[in-house]
Amino acid sequence: MTHTSRLEHCFAALKQQNRPALVSYLTAGDPDAETSRRLLHGLPKAGVDIIELGMPFSDPMADGPAIQKAALRALNNGQTQAKTLEMVRRFREEDSTTPIVLMGYYNPIYCYGVERFLTDAAKAGVDGLIVVDLPPEHDEELCQPAAQHNIDFIRLATPTTDAKRLPKVLANASGFIYYVSVAGVTGGSAPTPERLEGAVAGLREHTELPIAVGFGIRTAEQAATIGRFSDAVVVGSALVDCIENANTPDEAVERVHGLVSELAESVRACREVNEPQVC
Amino acid sequence: MNQPVDVSKSLPDANGLFGSFGGRFVAETLMPLILELQDEYTIAKNDPEFQRQLAYFQGDYVGRPSPLYFAERLTEYFGGASIYLKREELNHTGAHKINNCIGQVLLAKQMGKKRIIAETGAGMHGVATATVAARFGLPCVIYMGATDIERQQPNVFRMKLLGAEVIPVTSGTGTLKDAMNEALRDWVTNVDDTFYIIGTVAGPHPYPAMVRDFQAVIGHETRAQMLEKKGRLPDSLVACIGGGSNAMGMFHPFLDDLDVKMIGVEAGGKGVKSGLHAASLNGGTPGVLHGNRTYLLQNEDGQIIDAHSISAGLDYPGIGPEHAWLHEQGRVEYVSATDDEALEAFQVCCRQEGIIPALETAHALAEVAKRAPGLPREHLMVVNLSGRGDKDMMSVAHHLGEKFGVKQL
Ligand SMILES: Cc1ncc(COP(=O)(O)O)c(C=O)c1O
Repeated sequence: MTHTSRLEHCFAALKQQNRPALVSYLTAGDPDAETSRRLLHGLPKAGVDIIELGMPFSDPMADGPAIQKAALRALNNGQTQAKTLEMVRRFREEDSTTPIVLMGYYNPIYCYGVERFLTDAAKAGVDGLIVVDLPPEHDEELCQPAAQHNIDFIRLATPTTDAKRLPKVLANASGFIYYVSVAGVTGGSAPTPERLEGAVAGLREHTELPIAVGFGIRTAEQAATIGRFSDAVVVGSALVDCIENANTPDEAVERVHGLVSELAESVRACREVNEPQVC
Repeated sequence: MNQPVDVSKSLPDANGLFGSFGGRFVAETLMPLILELQDEYTIAKNDPEFQRQLAYFQGDYVGRPSPLYFAERLTEYFGGASIYLKREELNHTGAHKINNCIGQVLLAKQMGKKRIIAETGAGMHGVATATVAARFGLPCVIYMGATDIERQQPNVFRMKLLGAEVIPVTSGTGTLKDAMNEALRDWVTNVDDTFYIIGTVAGPHPYPAMVRDFQAVIGHETRAQMLEKKGRLPDSLVACIGGGSNAMGMFHPFLDDLDVKMIGVEAGGKGVKSGLHAASLNGGTPGVLHGNRTYLLQNEDGQIIDAHSISAGLDYPGIGPEHAWLHEQGRVEYVSATDDEALEAFQVCCRQEGIIPALETAHALAEVAKRAPGLPREHLMVVNLSGRGDKDMMSVAHHLGEKFGVKQL
């Protein structure tokens, strides 16, 4: 296919501006459907470039406590795969440019039915998928069918992905590469920037795709440091914690969009120090 | 006798699939570890020195072979088939679980791993893991659901005595599936030095095949023992099913003997129709969890539903992928026994044979109670007596204490 995707547009535009993308993660339906909708719709204005929307799963074994609890809040309030797709569809009525990537585990997609899911996701305006428990060994399950629907399959590379394995990981990747900064679950320890920079540089030798870095990034300062050498920084658990710590839905929205604004400001400025001064 | 075809050579395939079941549905961080484990296991499987060590520990440490015992009184009580008990409860630590743990800890040693983790439900796998970790001088962390810690106190104490750290898991419902999630989270965080000893024939490839192979000693012995005693193979095999390791260990060496009928007994809880059960094959649908595709208890949106069973070791919403495949092939018949039926069979076994079985095992005995009376005495029925019931005293006292004038233990 030769059409230009929303993700390609987004990364091309940001390259022009010489800044990394800010990618936010929130779980769909957290803490409830209506608040989640308000959170989602306000993200682009607050400065998010790419939206990752979590599909809640009862057994998120690659997630730490923050996102585990978010999934439970959403599920307890009745979130379903169909409702998550409906959220995307309504978002697309207002915003036709901000890429949305659905993130989660395979089972809810498998039970929805892969073809039906991809058809509905494409119709709703989903741009990409990150499915944690589908390594390249299982590409025929979802990755290859997704390509038929022009939905990118975003691959995770990790500190354990060695040189021997990397080609396999990159083979059917599209959209961007998500570098998992630490071996562990989401919301864990912060990565060390020096090691990360080397890892990202190493990846670049093997792929033209943009490289996002995520896991353990919580603050504007961390985002800025990592954004100097990566094409995108992903912040998830820190945003989800804002929901957990809020006393009311209004406060949740305010806190999440507040933190997003801070992060957005910092990724916009992070490469300026290295810029030649143009007067 | 024809040599049986070695089914283990044909399945799973190179991708760890049994038909459409099994596979390696794990996070990328774990993939290199799982591939390494697969390579190392393949080497160990064909390494005479590894096999020699395994046989040594199975013999002198675990106490194998376990007897195949003719349960004369139980046979008379039910008045039908001749009932034989494969006495896995006599193994060191009191269940079949250690057969697998010895194998995996030897592999961990071979791979130079420095730390052992495991999940446990009833605590039998946790105790067996803590035991082999102590024997090989490795630090050990056991994840156990908070609910299970409550109902299996004696095993929690045993694990601690053996030097293991027992971490209560409160996420989800605080049972076996949550303990497994937490163990996987530990593994993905401690990728360099940690070996994860999965306790049943589930998880990503190569675990289902590897655990099966280590447990297959049960079936191999049973075959030889029955041939020696009766000069022929048994007519039927009965085993309880949590994840399915004691059943698979018993069944696998007989898969090609089509005259040997096999019956797996799932935990029916309050009845499969009630929704409160742990019968994944009888009351579940295919899905993907804990690294493999198999039958799961789940809602139509793919969210996992909590299992229910009086027995913590069967309280799991999935089942090993090879069982899912054997179910669809029709090679093994899968039935269920309720909490009440298991409690009843539990008491019969205590009274008739002087053997206190694990509540898990009592589910297999409950099926014997239904099936044996209608069969002739020539029918040779082997029950895998997977474990002893000492750990269950608190639970049983809770349900039956009144009857024995015991309020609480
Ligand atoms: C005595 C006993 N039997 C059976 C089981 C069930 O496990 P599996 O189905 O893997 O044999 C357990 C699990 O804890 C057990 O302790």
